[in-house]
Amino acid sequence: MVSALRAAALPLLVFALLAAAPLLGLGEGWVMTLLARGMILGLAALSLWLVVGGAGLVSLGHAAMLGIGAYAVVALDDARVTEALVVAPVAIGGAALFALLTGAVALRTAGVPFIMITLAFGQMAFFTAASLAGYGGDDGYTLYGRSTLAGTRWLESRLGFHYLCLALLAGAYLACRMLLASRFGRVLRAARENPLRVQAVGLSPYPYRLLAYGIAGGMAGLAGFLLANATEFVAPSFLAWQRSGELLFMVILGGLGSPFGAVLGTLALLLLEEWLGHLTTHWRLLLGPLLVLAVLFLRGGLVGLPAQLAGMRRRG
Amino acid sequence: MLVQALNGLQFGILLFLVAAGLTLVFGVMDVINLAHGVQYMLGAYLGASLAAATGSFWLGLLLALPATLACGLALEFLIFRHLYDRDHLAQVLATFGVILTLNEAVTLLWGSAPLQVATPALLEGGITLMPGLQYPLYRLAILAAGLATAGLLWLLVEHTRAGALVRAGASNRPMLAALGIDTSRLFLLVFGIGAMLAGFAGMMAAPILSVEPGMGDTVLILAFVVIVIGGIGSVRGAFLAALLVGLVETLGRSLLPELLRLVLAPSPARQAGASIGSMLVYIAMALILAVRPRGLFPARAG
Repeated sequence: MVSALRAAALPLLVFALLAAAPLLGLGEGWVMTLLARGMILGLAALSLWLVVGGAGLVSLGHAAMLGIGAYAVVALDDARVTEALVVAPVAIGGAALFALLTGAVALRTAGVPFIMITLAFGQMAFFTAASLAGYGGDDGYTLYGRSTLAGTRWLESRLGFHYLCLALLAGAYLACRMLLASRFGRVLRAARENPLRVQAVGLSPYPYRLLAYGIAGGMAGLAGFLLANATEFVAPSFLAWQRSGELLFMVILGGLGSPFGAVLGTLALLLLEEWLGHLTTHWRLLLGPLLVLAVLFLRGGLVGLPAQLAGMRRRG
Repeated sequence: MLVQALNGLQFGILLFLVAAGLTLVFGVMDVINLAHGVQYMLGAYLGASLAAATGSFWLGLLLALPATLACGLALEFLIFRHLYDRDHLAQVLATFGVILTLNEAVTLLWGSAPLQVATPALLEGGITLMPGLQYPLYRLAILAAGLATAGLLWLLVEHTRAGALVRAGASNRPMLAALGIDTSRLFLLVFGIGAMLAGFAGMMAAPILSVEPGMGDTVLILAFVVIVIGGIGSVRGAFLAALLVGLVETLGRSLLPELLRLVLAPSPARQAGASIGSMLVYIAMALILAVRPRGLFPARAG
């Protein structure tokens, strides 16, 4: 019970801080924009965590799902459909479908070939987006406005959007936890640790991995829907492999041990970038060594930090 | 057509010089080194500024080679040495940190504007391949230098004791260590040579491409494609895959828009042709990996 509480303490604290941020006088425009971006990319990183941490498969094409979600918003905006209750399911469904179709091929491999095949599919999606002349091609597409929610302009309000992002992120996090604890999640984790043994007890890892990949795709599609609404602009760079890499770095920095690591890693990286960016224009010169040091000294990522500190204290 | 094929070969040779180091580092040391593209960039910058400082392209080239070697050795000693026993993901994040740092350091030192490097006077101008068909001499020189380097590397890997150790390492590393080989010295050597090859590719590319921060990133991802297609740890695989990727990339981009124009209107043909042309390499890789997940010439035993 105590350990369960301790495990839940960090996520609760972070979500509470995010909920309280607008009330703590952080309601300024740029802070809210930054936090919304953090929560949306956190959702995308969380979906990637499901693949990397949950299923043990490293994907370098995750930005494609995010971008497909965003381009669903563009396509419907172009067709004058801006109702979120229509747009969001299309974004989720489109990204999940892409994940299932590409995953069916990619999951025939594992390890480094899996990284490269997901990269290949990601690049195909990227070049396709860049060639969509009707949606601005390379230059991207500026949305007329944010989606309406059940006919209201709720998403236009800064507070409304903030809490929508928070609710979706927290909901997705809880869903991930439940998914992992379920029978499905146990098979998934077992296949990560030892696929041969899973096969020996009569289960094939493939359908479990495929379903997890599809779910992750749908979650990333939702994040893409939110990202398009946050920036009111969509460009092929949403799908670039650098973006996939960035999501992967957020997941690794946070730590693979818990799905919350993805959220933590995203927020930490974005806030660190913002803070260092205020200090100097050459902030990357500081961020780079910090990342190297984080790898060398934080063995379990940021979520592993409390346990690591406790271990050091015990050893004296 | 012939010109495009030559361009493709020349691009493939440059890719090979970058990929050779990458595949050895990955195959022998089992380290994913994202910072390899940065070493290509460092080579281009060091070559460019040393050439400007000495006033001679050749002297710059000669001085920049040991300089990139030193950079590679320093990186190995400071950072990579501590990553060998970590998992791939930790290596990915750490080497990403190295990319950020060095890209920014280059911007700080040389500015973010692209640097121009003059083609050396000796290799200026073109050569007539056929009546009415001129080809720049410098690009041919790259092709020749790349082939010569590939030959040297082949001799080194296939016919020396160090090369035998490298091949043994790529095939079965724990066994090599168990036989009493000092792997840390071998790793330092492999890493340094890999860095120098990438730097050499950067220097050669400097007069025909623009030298700018981030120039290593595009090359890096294609180099990864090359080593995965060729089979990780295999220099021969990297050589053939690099030529394949160079040709597919160059020919796809230049010929597909023309081909599609036969069936489509000019403007959509250009659009679709350009995007499918850029995609071809990745489509080829996905197909090859779906059939042979370990690449065309797998080096690892078992």
